[in-house]
Amino acid sequence: MIATLLPLLLLLPLGGALVNAIVAVRTSGPEGPGSRHHPVPTWVGPGVILAAFGVALALFGRMRIGGAAPVVVSLGSWMPVAGLSLDWSLQLDALSMLMVLVITGVGSLIHVYSVGYMREDPGYARYFAYLNLFVAFMLLLVLGASYPVLFVGWEGVGLASYLLIGFWYRDLANAEAGRTAFIVNRIGDAAFLVAMFLLWTSTRHLDFLGAHAAVPAMAGTGTVFLIACCLFIGCAGKSAQLPLYLWLPDAMAGPTPVSALIHAATMVTAGVYLVARAAPVFAAAPEASLLVASVGALTALFAATVALRQWDIKKVLAYSTVSQLGYMFIAVGSGAYVAGVFHLVTHAFFKALLFLGAGSVIHAVHHAYHHTHRDGDPQDLRNMGGLAGRMPMTAVAMGVATLAIAGLPPFAGFFSKDAILAAVVTAGSGSSLADATLLGIPGGTILRAVYGVGMLTALLTAVYMTRLMMLAFFGTNRTGTEEMAALHEAPWVMTAPVLVLGLLALGGGWLNLPALLPWGPTGALDRWLAPVVGESARRLVGDAHLTHAMEWQLLGGAVAVAVIGVAIGIWSNRRPMADASSSTPDTSLLARAYGIDGLVRRTIVGPVGFMADRIMGGVVDHGIRTGFVSGGTLLVRLATALGVRLQNGDVGTYAALLTAGALALLLAMVAG
Amino acid sequence: MITESLVVSAILFVIGVLGVLTRRNALILFMCAELMLNAVNLSFVAFARLHNVTGEVFVVMVMTIAAAEAAVGLAIIIALFRHLGSVDLSSLRSLRG
Repeated sequence: MIATLLPLLLLLPLGGALVNAIVAVRTSGPEGPGSRHHPVPTWVGPGVILAAFGVALALFGRMRIGGAAPVVVSLGSWMPVAGLSLDWSLQLDALSMLMVLVITGVGSLIHVYSVGYMREDPGYARYFAYLNLFVAFMLLLVLGASYPVLFVGWEGVGLASYLLIGFWYRDLANAEAGRTAFIVNRIGDAAFLVAMFLLWTSTRHLDFLGAHAAVPAMAGTGTVFLIACCLFIGCAGKSAQLPLYLWLPDAMAGPTPVSALIHAATMVTAGVYLVARAAPVFAAAPEASLLVASVGALTALFAATVALRQWDIKKVLAYSTVSQLGYMFIAVGSGAYVAGVFHLVTHAFFKALLFLGAGSVIHAVHHAYHHTHRDGDPQDLRNMGGLAGRMPMTAVAMGVATLAIAGLPPFAGFFSKDAILAAVVTAGSGSSLADATLLGIPGGTILRAVYGVGMLTALLTAVYMTRLMMLAFFGTNRTGTEEMAALHEAPWVMTAPVLVLGLLALGGGWLNLPALLPWGPTGALDRWLAPVVGESARRLVGDAHLTHAMEWQLLGGAVAVAVIGVAIGIWSNRRPMADASSSTPDTSLLARAYGIDGLVRRTIVGPVGFMADRIMGGVVDHGIRTGFVSGGTLLVRLATALGVRLQNGDVGTYAALLTAGALALLLAMVAG
Repeated sequence: MITESLVVSAILFVIGVLGVLTRRNALILFMCAELMLNAVNLSFVAFARLHNVTGEVFVVMVMTIAAAEAAVGLAIIIALFRHLGSVDLSSLRSLRG
């Protein structure tokens, strides 16, 4: 049964993409309404994803009966080369099952929401074609049974992301944002390929089961460290970690539901998934795991500080996503694979909710400006304020998500964030992770620093999210007196998914309640994922446990930090402020994201552009072009001049040459 | 016996080649070519004694073709003479590049 349902899971969104693409092609044209309000995308687009979610639920039920052993289904041969026989094979185990549920579940909510958000767009069908295609590739990514199959999905989601970031491609800035995402991801992907080559040469396996069985024997060698590092560079590209995070803030150029699905809930978490999937590789190289945790911590702190001073509502959420992804890498780098995946899931809930809520807000403000024909930025927080009264349901859901991401109990983010911080403390002493060294610094010291950075980030997270809520939903409205009347709640097709996600952000923590609690289904996710990552986690961290007193302390600390953060956020944003058009542009270091964008533009993009334009284009290309033309004629002229002298018309010369040739042949035969 | 035959054959062939290279009269060139063919025929016959009858078969074949070639070649030379009033090849240089 699993063997039939698994391909179906991939074919459903793929078929949806095909149908929508046909509609998009048939309605396309420079003029006319396009596929605006077209019924096919409305029903097929979310329909196939909902059906896929149904299939995923059926598989889940099946797995609960059938046990947790991974099921590998081969769909045919891909690369039968000497020594390497690679199949198009899918693998369903506890980890990929969880990912499939998140992708199709959150995915179908976002698809439904998109019906409301994108219905007025001429590219409505094209939008759903891309979005369905994305889900198909994302499912391939998490279901692939080997690194190359995963890589196909990995590249496929990159393609879908590129297409959707540049969805409104007539604006050059959007098209360029898509290109940035594509190019930055190439850097990571190159490293990913190198990791696969190394894995193949050292283990002769590329499928997860075979390779991961062979990896523990190489524990501690330089090769496995290199493989893990290259894999992580790939993850850093896809999951927007330092220094490859640059594309994610730019990616906000796409439609907001795309940001929710691709750039918050699913695709950007693929890197975290890959580290958890390749847990045996990282467990065999504790130094690489330390690197993962350190980069994650630095990214978390860096992005959180930038989010403090962004004015574009989507930019705040984008940097917040980068920061939370850093949090997930802290977890998987400290051997707490379950905590990392747990945070991935809860983050998918509350961050998708935040983006969809922001989408509703942008939608409302945009329509208000449209109504009065005024030209204001609908994404600027300075143009919002006091929206809670106008959009109560969105405000409540966003409030829940804010408390969840800030880490207040009993919301989802509290449990996952606490699990991560507790895991970092656990790993900090007496584990193989703490005994390893990175750049001469002992692992225990690094992990203590990571814990400190994690707490600081948690504080900043609470501050900037409260600021966003305060600026958007509370205080006095700054949209404009006439526009005020046109501000209203989003239609039901948009609020319903937001409210469902609100429930998930509220109760998502139940997936994995800490064992500390006297009641409730504790540690469900721990048990569910144990067959996949349990062994690797034990290798890195051992069986160490915190004492209950220690755990209560950590818990109390986390709550205190969250409460202080929320209080700072409320206190520092209590004063009324001017709207975007009447306030001076913010040029502070944080608002410019430390000026790194400009720095990269000057130091990398500029010289590369110069190289491409002047040196490669002006000198090499031009030289080759003219070289071929004039060099070609020169060659022909030279050959002609020689040939003409042979052809002198004298029969005697011909005879002499013939004889000389025959003699030469004879000599060659005798001598040879 | 064989050695002598081959030596004669070689001498005849070289005479033919030198004739072709040094003379400019089309008719003499033609005769030199015939000389070379017959030199080869001689070596064929000589080798046929050593091995089997194949060499002799080839001789008959070469003779047949040489007869045909003589007919065509002489016809060309006559046409040449009628056209130019001479068979001196050094005056025939109009086909140069």
